[in-house]
Amino acid sequence: MIQIPINTVLLRQILVAFIRNEVRKTGLVRVVVGLSGGVDSALSAMLAAEALGPKNVMGVMMPYKNSNPDSQAHAEMVAGKSDIESLLVDITPQIDGYFERFPDADARRRGNKMARERMTILYDQSMRWNALVLGTSNKTELLLGYGTIHGDMASALNPLGDLYKTQVWALSEAIGVPPVIVIKEPSADLWSGQTDEGELGFSYREVDKLLYLMVDRRYTKAELAAAGFPERFIDDIATRIMNSQFKRRLPVIAKVSQRTIDRDFRYSRDWGK
Amino acid sequence: MSIRIAIGQVNPRLGDLQANLALYKERIGHAADDKAQLLLFPELSLTGYMLRDTVPAVALKLDSPEIKQLTALSRKLAFVAGLVEESPDHRFFNSAVYFEDGAVRHVHRKVYLPTYGMFDEQRYFARGDRVRAFDSKFGRMALLICEDLWHPSTIYLAALDGALAVLCPSASPLRGIVDQQSQDDNARYWEMLNHVYAETYSLFMVYGNRCGFEDGVGFWGGSEIVDPFGERLAKARYYEEDFIAIDAGFEAVRRKRTMSPLLRDEDLDLTINELMRIRERPGAEIVRKFKGSKVQDRRTAKKK
Repeated sequence: MIQIPINTVLLRQILVAFIRNEVRKTGLVRVVVGLSGGVDSALSAMLAAEALGPKNVMGVMMPYKNSNPDSQAHAEMVAGKSDIESLLVDITPQIDGYFERFPDADARRRGNKMARERMTILYDQSMRWNALVLGTSNKTELLLGYGTIHGDMASALNPLGDLYKTQVWALSEAIGVPPVIVIKEPSADLWSGQTDEGELGFSYREVDKLLYLMVDRRYTKAELAAAGFPERFIDDIATRIMNSQFKRRLPVIAKVSQRTIDRDFRYSRDWGK
Repeated sequence: MSIRIAIGQVNPRLGDLQANLALYKERIGHAADDKAQLLLFPELSLTGYMLRDTVPAVALKLDSPEIKQLTALSRKLAFVAGLVEESPDHRFFNSAVYFEDGAVRHVHRKVYLPTYGMFDEQRYFARGDRVRAFDSKFGRMALLICEDLWHPSTIYLAALDGALAVLCPSASPLRGIVDQQSQDDNARYWEMLNHVYAETYSLFMVYGNRCGFEDGVGFWGGSEIVDPFGERLAKARYYEEDFIAIDAGFEAVRRKRTMSPLLRDEDLDLTINELMRIRERPGAEIVRKFKGSKVQDRRTAKKK
């Protein structure tokens, strides 16, 4: 029986301290977070509200005309429940304006574009409000590369990046994210009827167990097979992780000098803070 | 004799020596007001931990103006600083420096520099090459820095060298969530170590850990003072800045060693003989593979 540790009391304590510490050391006190109506952004926002006070957190709702109406209703539910500030920005005009010139763009291109438009709005609002952009990507999607680079993957700090989806659900339940949001089927809501698990071809709970053993516990392929995972599934996930590595790194820089950024020019992000 | 031991559990600014010097001054003043006689600061708390390429920029030679400032402060009370020490030949050490009555009395250079997983210390620091107890005005003590204590040989040496207290500056990151545990797995392990070492070697364990976050890595705080009977005399809060102080009666070491004279009965010759044998055993390269091993150098020299 594979058990991913879910110590919600401790996780909550650590993540709240993380947000408070990492935000305040920059000299700021506020964050903005994109509220999609899903469980990840709900959890991020509620942790931030606890860490910084609800009036220092702004949830930005950015629907497109095709977005599931439930998404906005759920986002509003989170804003209401946690008493944070909120802002509605309909992204339809800027998306449609752009794709008028490229009408044959497929759903994936449109979806990525939406994710990146939302990113630019969050960064603009963060400047307007003197705040940092709070991330919402969890460890499962970061490892699988199931996110848009420079889109929803972009943030200044991310409290959920080391939590598997299974842990996100448990922690969300523990800190009072509305149950309807916790139990609904995860979806990027980039096109009608899209679901994460449908698109990925496996369930989060199943892949989380595999990822936990593979990444956190360093199981070899033979050990994973012995633990009951089909070989094809193991290979598929290992390939996904490898092929999405670029999304988790800075752009590749051609080295010509003695000291190249991130190669032999090595400083922590919190340098001087 | 009873001495008032304090721990300053601080959250330094990464790479900002002047800000952290000010922090030290403030905490030393606070400890003096509290009538503390000995104050322990965490590992690299004068510089921050994840220094990387800032190591040379924050390194201090022992004759630097900053060290002179700290030396002057030690007229108020004795304290241990955690800093980057630069040797005259420009090696950089992760050091703990003991200041007492206006002088540097002892320097310990971290021997075991973790360079695995999330750690990268040996990329930036030179390795210390000795473990020595030293005489303070309060009695004989030893300094061991964080990972040093994960190698039981260090505390064994410190105890046999006569230490009545081990002062351990630490920058221990929280990692590993386990169900049904109130703290992370690293905190659990450290607390167990402090307890076992104090009782096993019949000495005071003074463990000063830092708090705060650097690049998302949290330090769990939870500094503590454990007496030779394994009783926790003082405990700092987890994750947050704190100051703890306690009157530690050193008679407890005598009492404990009278009741269980394990150190008296320790057979040093046996240990040395067996270690010599193990060193020669086929496959023992693993324990002497470190470059610069004096033991190995001498042996090689003899063969020539």
